[in-house]
Amino acid sequence: MSYEDWFRQDRLPHIYCAGCGNGTIINCTLAAIDQMGWKKEETVFVSGIGCSSRAPGYILTDSLHTTHGRALPFATGVKMANQALNVVVFTGDGDLAAIGGNHFIHACRRNINLTVVCMNNQIYGMTGGQGSPTTPVGCLSSTTPYGCAEIPFDLCDLAIAAGANYVSRWTSYHVKELEKAVKAGLETPGFSFIEALVQCPTAFGRRNKFRQVADHVEYLRAHSLLKAKYDRMIENGEHVPEDMFVVGELMRRNRPALGVKP
Amino acid sequence: MTRIEFWQGNTACAEGALAAGCNFFGGYPITPSTEVAEHMAAKLPKKGGVFIQMEDEIASMASIIGAAWTGARSMTATSGPGFSLMMENIGFAVMTETPCVVVNVQRGGPSTGQPTMSAQGDMMQVRFGSHGDIAIIALCPATVQEMYELTAKAFNLADKYRVPVFLMADETVGHMREKIIIPDKVERVERKPLAAGALPFKADADLIPGFGQFGTGHHVHVTGLTHDERGYPAATNPKLHHALVKRLVDKIENARDEMADYDVINPDAEQVFVAYGGPVRTVQQVMHDKKDKNLGFLRIRTVWPFPEKALAAFRNARHFFVPEMNLGQIAREIERHVTVPVVSIPKLGGELHSPLDLSAALEAHR
Repeated sequence: MSYEDWFRQDRLPHIYCAGCGNGTIINCTLAAIDQMGWKKEETVFVSGIGCSSRAPGYILTDSLHTTHGRALPFATGVKMANQALNVVVFTGDGDLAAIGGNHFIHACRRNINLTVVCMNNQIYGMTGGQGSPTTPVGCLSSTTPYGCAEIPFDLCDLAIAAGANYVSRWTSYHVKELEKAVKAGLETPGFSFIEALVQCPTAFGRRNKFRQVADHVEYLRAHSLLKAKYDRMIENGEHVPEDMFVVGELMRRNRPALGVKP
Repeated sequence: MTRIEFWQGNTACAEGALAAGCNFFGGYPITPSTEVAEHMAAKLPKKGGVFIQMEDEIASMASIIGAAWTGARSMTATSGPGFSLMMENIGFAVMTETPCVVVNVQRGGPSTGQPTMSAQGDMMQVRFGSHGDIAIIALCPATVQEMYELTAKAFNLADKYRVPVFLMADETVGHMREKIIIPDKVERVERKPLAAGALPFKADADLIPGFGQFGTGHHVHVTGLTHDERGYPAATNPKLHHALVKRLVDKIENARDEMADYDVINPDAEQVFVAYGGPVRTVQQVMHDKKDKNLGFLRIRTVWPFPEKALAAFRNARHFFVPEMNLGQIAREIERHVTVPVVSIPKLGGELHSPLDLSAALEAHR
């Protein structure tokens, strides 16, 4: 089997814009699931609202495309009612961290046995490019026309602080690393959170000096700081530039989890 | 063996749910419904079911919908403020045809209002509160016995019609204690399963599609977007949207006679009470005190869809008197269906009408 067998061929073409990073993340996730040997009838995808949340509609399993921000409580209901099902959540930065922020921290606290893949494009793409809780300071969006003045969330720090068992961050450049991270998340009992920074040429890139898709992907690559290197820099008292972000496996632990089949 | 108990209404509600096979409860504490959640928290795990306290009522509603798609008989319980928070996901349940049961033990509103006092102020919110055109089923218990029986019935209606069903109780009935006769077992109506290879949202002649339970290989895509019979988004197709919403409403509205549940007392009377929930008890007291054949009573249990045919049973009616613990929400519905005057007898403040309140209204409209 290949990850391509997981797609609903009769739903193509998809709605994603040319150059969108979401497809890369979906492919990596399905490749990881394929390696797990999961069966389609035992797997459920759940999502909320937004570009990333359209992903389950293209996958040939049972899937629940829900209300804005609420994917996690819907997924909690699915998982708790039938723990034999493998439940994977696709979400985005607006869906997860703004309207769904409370559900996010409580799902981490419960450490419920779900894998959550967040496509963080740092913008509301589907509604045309409004600022989100992860829009970097100074970046332009249709609701931050003079530059975003608010401090963004670090979603991984949030997940770790709230109690998630597994936390990783990669980007749409790091496809092999991302695939491995998703697989590690799928294997870890409890709440697994994988953040994938993605380019959004339509809503983010064109307002923020990424005229070419590749420019944005290159920016994500160049500003990624491997966890090991970051730790060394901190140990040596070196300055970490503010526009860099840490990538890699940020947490793997074994706190008691909810919804793990005995 | 039937047995007799002396129970609180909220306990009877939870026990009715358990008897009906409820195996998933997602909830959030709120007065005056909390005892339902507490009882489920104590009993469900021992029966192999799941109780989960969610972070808010939005999440509670979401969790029971998710559970329902795995085949669970799922339920939540709340009151006014929490009910308002549930509205968006209630619409999602309607749009996705998800069977589930929502208990609203009504308290005084608006806003935080009167947490410990009784009201029926959510009767229009349950019918029209979620955005878009919807149709739902709402049952109103007036006794502890009915808290048990109507909760059990709510699960059957939810599974049959694939719609959220509401037990619209009030603080009076939820918190009162009285005698209840527990039956040996309650009737159970199963969901119609999706036939192999059938489209998951293609309705049969009864306007209801078969249920494609998660984990059974149907590969169903469930979305709140306007969707075609395959369940695939088709949100910009005007004809399809019209047909879908019309079917979702018609499957309930067309079955109103089938699910009507009411008692007609003294159909030849000229002065007729119409009541549901707590106020039923005051009307019963007045009927008992006056022993007047000219006093009629329509006691309604299924309030939505409204059983309008029941009103026609009172051929000689000159007035319909409608005592409600709100400013006349169902009285207005009754006005749509009759030609004689409808006298709303509103009661705000959190207490039942006194028999004197009702006698005074009768006197004023002799």
